Amino acid sequence: MTISAAPFISTAIGPPRRGGLDQLFKMLCFSAATALLAALTGVIVSLAIGGWPAFKAFGWRFFTNTTWNPVTDVFGGLGPIVGTLVTACLSLLFALPTAFGVSIFLVEFAPRAIRQPIATAIQLLAGIPSVVYGMWGLFVFAPFFAAHVQLPLAMAATPGSLLDKLTSGVPNGANIFTASIILAIMILPYMAAIFRELLLSVPTQLRESAYGMGATSLEAVWKVLLPFIRRSAVGAVMLGLGRALGETMAVTFIIGNSHELPKSLFDSGSTIASTIANEFTEATSAMHYSALIALGLVLFMITFVVLGIARVLLGALKTY
Amino acid sequence: MASALALRRKGANAVFVAFCAVMTFLALGLLVMILYSLLKNGLGGLDSKVFTMTTPPPGEAGGLINAITGSLIMCAIGMVAAIVIGIPAGTWLAEYGGDSLYAKVVRFLNDVLLSAPSILIGLFVYEIMVKPLHGFSAIAGGAALALVAVPVITRATEDVLKLQPSSLRESGVALGTPLSTTIRNIIWRAASSGIATAGLLAFARISGETAPLLFTSLGDQFQNWNLMKPTAALPQVIYQFAMSPYDDWRRLAWVGAILVTGAVLATQIIARIIIREPDRQ
Repeated sequence: MTISAAPFISTAIGPPRRGGLDQLFKMLCFSAATALLAALTGVIVSLAIGGWPAFKAFGWRFFTNTTWNPVTDVFGGLGPIVGTLVTACLSLLFALPTAFGVSIFLVEFAPRAIRQPIATAIQLLAGIPSVVYGMWGLFVFAPFFAAHVQLPLAMAATPGSLLDKLTSGVPNGANIFTASIILAIMILPYMAAIFRELLLSVPTQLRESAYGMGATSLEAVWKVLLPFIRRSAVGAVMLGLGRALGETMAVTFIIGNSHELPKSLFDSGSTIASTIANEFTEATSAMHYSALIALGLVLFMITFVVLGIARVLLGALKTY
Repeated sequence: MASALALRRKGANAVFVAFCAVMTFLALGLLVMILYSLLKNGLGGLDSKVFTMTTPPPGEAGGLINAITGSLIMCAIGMVAAIVIGIPAGTWLAEYGGDSLYAKVVRFLNDVLLSAPSILIGLFVYEIMVKPLHGFSAIAGGAALALVAVPVITRATEDVLKLQPSSLRESGVALGTPLSTTIRNIIWRAASSGIATAGLLAFARISGETAPLLFTSLGDQFQNWNLMKPTAALPQVIYQFAMSPYDDWRRLAWVGAILVTGAVLATQIIARIIIREPDRQ
C-alpha cells in the first residue's frame, strides 16, 4: 500500500501565489531594474559607436597629441584629459583637509546644540546648482583671486624662479587653479557628509577607551578613529574625485577654455566635460563631433573606474 | 607634571581643534558668501516682469517666464519617468533581487550611474533621441533629466523598503496575501514618506541640472508649449546669459540663479523636515 501526501497540505514555502497578477508585478519590477542596466549599457555603447571614427582616425595619438584643431580636422585629446585629471586631483587636495576638519569638528568638538544646524547648513552647499557656482566663480571669485593673489604673486616672483613658473599666466582669475578651488567647494559637502557618517559609526567603546588611556583628541582621532574608518574614508575620497572629474558647468565658466597643456597652475586649460559643453552644439565637422564623443567615452571610463572603486570600498553606505 | 612632552601633546591638540573649527567656519563662510552674492546681484532685478515676459534680445526688457515653464515641464517629464522606473526597480532590488548576482550587478551599476557625469547622459540622449528625431525637444530634455533622477529614486526606494521590519511582510503572508499585494498595500504604504523624500531629493537634483539639457532641449527665446520643439530651461538660460557680454542679460542670469537656488534649497529643506533626522550622539 502506498502512502501519498495529504493533498491539502501545501509544501511550498513562502507567501501564497495568486497566479498572473503576482507574477506580472514581479516581472514589472524586474523589467524596471533591467531598464536601468540597459540605460548604462546604452550610454557606453552609444559613446563607443559615436567616438569610433575618431579613435580609428587618430589611434593612440588621440591620447598623446595636444593639437585640437577643428580647422584642419586634427584632434588630440591630451590637453583636456590632463586638464581633467589635474583639476580633479587639485580640488581633492583642497577639499580633503577641509572635509576632514569639518566632519571631525561636528562629531567631536562642536557644542551639541549647534551640530545639526551646522551639518544642515554645510549640506546646503551641495544643493547650490553647478551653474550658480560657475557664475559666482566667474563674477565674484575670479576677479578677487586675480587682484589679491595672482597679481601680488606675479609681482613678488623673481623671473625664472620656480614660483614664477608655477604662477605665470594671464592675471584674470580664470585658470585651472581657481577652477579647482570651485570644484573643491562643490565636492566638500559630499565628502564631509560621508566622513561624518563614518565617524558617527565608530563604536563608543573605542572612542572611550582612547580617551580612557589619556589620549588627547588629536591622538584619539588620528590613531583610533581614522584607522577604524580608513577603508570607507578612502571610498568617500574616490567618490569626491569621481564627482570632480565629471563636473561640467562650473568648470566651463572659469577654466579659461584653451586646449593646450597647462604650463602653470595659473594657466588657462580645459577639461573633457568643459570641452564637450563648449563645442558639441557647434561642432564643425563629423570628425570634430566624433572626437568630442570619444572624449566623452574616455571621461566615462575614468569615472567608471574611480566610482567603481569608491562603491566597493564604501559598501552599502547611503550616499545619494 | 607639565613635562615638555605633555606640553607638546597639548599644544598639538589645541592646533588640531583650532584647525577643525577654522575649516568648519570656512565652509559656512563660503555658503554665506555665495548666498550673499546671489542676493546682492539678483534681488534688485526680481520684479513682476520676470514672471510675465519671455527672455529678451540684448538691450530690451524681458523676463524668464518661458525658461520657468520650460524647466517645470521638463522636470515634470523627468520626474514622472523616473518614478515609473525607479520605484519598481528599487522594489525589485529590495524585495525580489536579494543577493543574487543580477541584483548585485544592477545595484552596483545604479550606484555608478548615480554619480556619473551628467553631461554624458546629455550626449547619450542626443545620440538616441535628438539625432534620430532630427531635433532638440522638451521630451529629450525630460528624458535626460529622468536618467539623472532614476538612480536617486531607485537607491532611495531600495533603502527605505529594506528598513521596513520583516514582521510586516510576515503578517501579509500570514493573512494569505500574495507577495505583490503585500508589497503594494503594506510595504509601500509604510515606506511612503521615505519614498516621497526620495522624490523631493531627486527633484532638487534635476531642477538645477544644466549639462544634460545643453544638447537635448537646447533652449528657445520664445514661449513654447510644443514638447517636440526646443525649449528653454532656467539653468540653461542662466548659462547662456551669464556667458554673454551684455549687462542686462547678466542681470537676468543672477535673477534666474536666485530662483533656481531658492527652489532647490527649499525642496531640500522640506525633504529634510520630512525625514526629521534624529539627533544622534
